[in-house]
Amino acid sequence: MKLPISWLKDFIDLDGLTVEDIARKLTLAGLEVDEILYVGLPMPEYAASGMHSSEKHEFKTNGIAWDKEKIVVAEIREVKAHPNADKLTLLDLFDGQQEQVVLTGAPNIFHLKGAGKLEKPIKVAYAKEGSTLYDGHAEGQVLMTLKRAKIRGVDSYSMVCSEKELGITEESDGIIILDDDAPVGMPLADYIGDAVLDISILPNMARNANVIGIARELAALTGRELKTDNRPQTIDRPLSAVNGQSVNDLVEIEITNSELNPRFVVGLIRNVEIKPSPYQIQRRLKLAGVRAINNIVDATNYAMIELGEPLHAFDYDILKERAGDKKIKIITRTAQDGEELVTLDGVKRKLTAMNVLVCDEKGSLSLAGVMGGSESEVYDASKEVLDAIGVETKPGEMPQGKITSRGKSTVNVLLEGAAWNFINIRRTAKQHNLPSEASFRFSRGVHPALAETGVKRGLQYMAAWANGQIAPGLVDVYPLKPKDSVVDVTPKDVKRLLGIELTLEEISALLTRLEFKCEITNHHLQVTAPPHRMDIDEGVVGLADVLEEVARSYGFDKIPTTTMSDSLPPQKGNPIHEWEERLRDLLVAIGLQEVVTYRMTSPERESRVVTHNEYVRIANPIAPERSVLRQNLLASVLEVAEKNAKAESLAMFEVGSIFEPVKNDLPNEPRKLAMVMTGKRIASAWDVKDSPTFDFYDMKGRIELLLAGLRFTDILYAETESTYALHPGKSAEVKVNGQVVGVFGELHPLAKEKYEFGDAPVIVAEFDLEKLRALNPSYGIVPVSEFPPMYEDIAIILDESVAAATVEALIRQTGGKTVTDVRLFDVYRDEKIGAGKKSLAYSLTYQAEKTLTDAEAAAIRNKIVKRLENVVGAKLRS
Amino acid sequence: MLDKLNEIEKAALESLSSINDQTALDAWRIANVGRSSPLMQVFGGFGKLSKEEKPVVGAAANRVKVALESALEERAQAVKNAALAKSLEEEKLDVTLPGREVNIGRLHPSTQQLRRVLSILAEMGFQVYTSREVESDEMNFQMLNFAPHHPAREMQDSFYVEAEGREDNPILMRTHTSPGQIRAMREAVASNPQNPPPIRIALPGMCFRYEQITARSEIQFNQVEGLAVGKGITFADLKGTLTDFVRRMFGQDARVRFRASYFPFTEPSAEMDVECFVCGGKGCQVCKNSGWLEILGCGMVHPNVLQNGGYDPKIYSGFAWGMGPERQLMLRNKITDIRYFWGNDVRFLEQF
Ligand SMILES: [Zn+2]
Repeated sequence: MKLPISWLKDFIDLDGLTVEDIARKLTLAGLEVDEILYVGLPMPEYAASGMHSSEKHEFKTNGIAWDKEKIVVAEIREVKAHPNADKLTLLDLFDGQQEQVVLTGAPNIFHLKGAGKLEKPIKVAYAKEGSTLYDGHAEGQVLMTLKRAKIRGVDSYSMVCSEKELGITEESDGIIILDDDAPVGMPLADYIGDAVLDISILPNMARNANVIGIARELAALTGRELKTDNRPQTIDRPLSAVNGQSVNDLVEIEITNSELNPRFVVGLIRNVEIKPSPYQIQRRLKLAGVRAINNIVDATNYAMIELGEPLHAFDYDILKERAGDKKIKIITRTAQDGEELVTLDGVKRKLTAMNVLVCDEKGSLSLAGVMGGSESEVYDASKEVLDAIGVETKPGEMPQGKITSRGKSTVNVLLEGAAWNFINIRRTAKQHNLPSEASFRFSRGVHPALAETGVKRGLQYMAAWANGQIAPGLVDVYPLKPKDSVVDVTPKDVKRLLGIELTLEEISALLTRLEFKCEITNHHLQVTAPPHRMDIDEGVVGLADVLEEVARSYGFDKIPTTTMSDSLPPQKGNPIHEWEERLRDLLVAIGLQEVVTYRMTSPERESRVVTHNEYVRIANPIAPERSVLRQNLLASVLEVAEKNAKAESLAMFEVGSIFEPVKNDLPNEPRKLAMVMTGKRIASAWDVKDSPTFDFYDMKGRIELLLAGLRFTDILYAETESTYALHPGKSAEVKVNGQVVGVFGELHPLAKEKYEFGDAPVIVAEFDLEKLRALNPSYGIVPVSEFPPMYEDIAIILDESVAAATVEALIRQTGGKTVTDVRLFDVYRDEKIGAGKKSLAYSLTYQAEKTLTDAEAAAIRNKIVKRLENVVGAKLRS
Repeated sequence: MLDKLNEIEKAALESLSSINDQTALDAWRIANVGRSSPLMQVFGGFGKLSKEEKPVVGAAANRVKVALESALEERAQAVKNAALAKSLEEEKLDVTLPGREVNIGRLHPSTQQLRRVLSILAEMGFQVYTSREVESDEMNFQMLNFAPHHPAREMQDSFYVEAEGREDNPILMRTHTSPGQIRAMREAVASNPQNPPPIRIALPGMCFRYEQITARSEIQFNQVEGLAVGKGITFADLKGTLTDFVRRMFGQDARVRFRASYFPFTEPSAEMDVECFVCGGKGCQVCKNSGWLEILGCGMVHPNVLQNGGYDPKIYSGFAWGMGPERQLMLRNKITDIRYFWGNDVRFLEQF
């Protein structure tokens, strides 16, 4: 909410506190000030001197300060014609010290041109030569300094200001016309200089979304007095006597559902004269972000912003006409499904049974707590435009609907103040997309006690500004009084939950400042919540509610910092998380970049690599491509790789959950690992040209390292029948301890075509981490021998169809434990060897716990060669 | 004979003095001290000498041999030094050429930040607790004291999952890691219903909010929450523990402040600010000229939440706090576009 400091000062003495002090206190107490907008008051040095100040900034600050010497209250004594320009006038003006002649093009005094000396001078804001103001003709807010100039032959050195020029509103037409009692010669900053705090209101602080609410908090935070019944001097005009027939004789109320409408209050004011409100009131409303309309509408808005109770004004004579001979009867009820109401923005709204209506016996009058209906609204015939009470309209913007003239301005006003169910209002406002000042407040909870206070206050303002006479009494139907919450608090509770030692008296003092009623009895404090609060519960929750207020009132900054004194729980760690972190470390160590992708994707995107029939579907997706939860991690990583396809060399992985649908229940969220490699094995550099691209074996090498790092030894690679779109000849499944845990290989050429990749093959892998994690690793090492090993190479020729793994297994099996390493160092094919044949060359390492002789090594070697001959038909290559 | 030896010596030394490379040195060695060199022939002709001549000539021949050998050694050293000097002179690299690239992997910046946070928390006794990303309304909201239609729900717009017959308890993407608080409390209570153990956990994980994807808002983000539950845990303990934590994160000199705030699942609630580490509190773009950075929300666990977790709020109390690793990274590294994180452009990722 936007809060002018001047308004706040109606209710609390702020002497000795700067605007920043006030903002800081509110911010720390949970009423965060987002911005301070200066509208006339002197700004702190850092804000005025811009960003380069060395002083500490504390708040985002904007606005303008009015020079006290140069910008003053003045009076126009005569409006004269300009000798050379029809649209300009020359003003004879007195600034408190001397007479001035000022040039203006303001339309709102143009009608006085040539009328001679004014009987009643017009009070204005006058800026002398050298004043800094916003340029009234520029787009947006542009600062300028008044300089002496000749305009159409007349000397111009000063001006009469508009609201835009003084920073009160962003746009304006015409000059400001101040109230008649404005003191001529007084610096304008002293008269109406202001600063506006823009405050974020948290959901549990709705009670503070009004001037008195903020003043109450400040009173509690500073220990100053809250003066709720104060009236600012400018509006302290004689109230017309309460007279005439009582409203109770004229109006009755029927509430059909007290849960939805706990209270309904109306008052009546007669013979109002609709005209603009006093300028002081208009200015405050504008600074608070509400348009000034006329004195009646302004009175409802002003009372609402001041007190927090949204009010609704009806044209009493319209209601009377509708009632005919009968007494006016106001009925609140829920709407019929499909019932219609034209709201005051001119929109015909179709209602549902959830919406609450304020009606008379002829039909609906307004959408309760949200927006009025057009027919019974307060009407100003001079404007021929209905007010837009509560509608959030931008300054300068006309209300949306323009209603046909009723011919006659409102004379008698029936003023409604009510209490509504906040959930119902919230849903109704959402349903009809009608955020308004009223629904903002009602949908966060307004205490029913405020209905009465609000109506009284509204009537008083109407009487003051529109010279009406308030009818005696109020019609007040209050079927559902909220129970006053009572909470027991002890110093022990305060110590146990807040960690501070306070006496009963101290606790009581802190709460009394916030208008809690406190009674000390027998080591207890019985606390009753004040009648403007709906957020205080009872019992153990009520205790927390009250302790929060104790802490805020005491000041969070004064609470000490301590260390927890209870015992630590057993430190069990989190094996699954730790295992995955280890996995990530291994993946990084083998050169892969981790990526983290969106959980939401589309079946179409995933189907490029694998198809699923069922998905976990998002009911309210932000976009079609984020309509389901991913069911394949590889697809997600491939998408990232595709986006990075311009990179020369890519090797990336993700560890994360996929989502398997379970009908009408929470999905399964198994963990997966996906890897993608594509592009050059080594990025080009000044000494690296034409590096080979990643292939199947690059991925396999990394998988081998990964599994070794996880301490798995029983690993097999075999042909796969995976459902993934993989190259049939360049893919394999991985078995650890006999279980299939993953699959990898080259992306099928047809699948690859669906992506925008370069020429290099795309190598992918996916592992099931649930399975992998469940397997037993094998620890232990192979001892390092002190005896010298012997090395020997053998090359064999055999059929293409024999897998390298088979040959290696045979070598190891036959060689026994003396053969400690078998390394394939060459695979060779040519015509001499013959078609369908290949040559495999192995480097063998013999190692025993003694120094081997050549003969012993040769014996093993011969055994191996013989075995290979017999089993796979291999021939030793000479 | 002695004259001959002198001649041999003189001639040999003379030819040695002009030698400048190893090959010539080798040749000289063969020619002058090799088996068939004139000097060795003198030794070979020893038998023919008289008894008197033998010692004289022998001594002289040995002297010449030693002289030639040491001269050779000296020369060899000189040649080697000259060659080394020459090669050092010639083997000059362009030290400004780029170094050879090493292919290394990296963790995603979010993972790196999560690890920083979690390792500090681990040292403070808060152990990792992970839970599911798709949750029920009950766990995500109701158990955490968000009543249906409560205004606080508007703070967390949600993605809902299609499911039938669950109007009272729809399925949604978790909007915070807090459902884990309930799960962890219930597990702890189940482990010892008579006397539930204290809790110190860190809850990391991906959370989801219904937002448009823009430079400032994302549909998913990581969160880390901390939770302490026990007997006699106070708001003062919250302040102490979090001040400790933040100083370990941002430096021991970090100034902090606590502002009153609101979260449905804690009461009292607070926002914790740390003095802007970019400008030192003077005001800058990063802190939006406030001098403070909002880094975490915290509060005493709400009695209803303790109750829902199985802990009696009359006996137990606790505090919880939550923070965003991506937000921390954005502040620290002046990242102005949150979309970088899940955009996964390697040119971004490689900078961490
Ligand atoms: Zn800063």
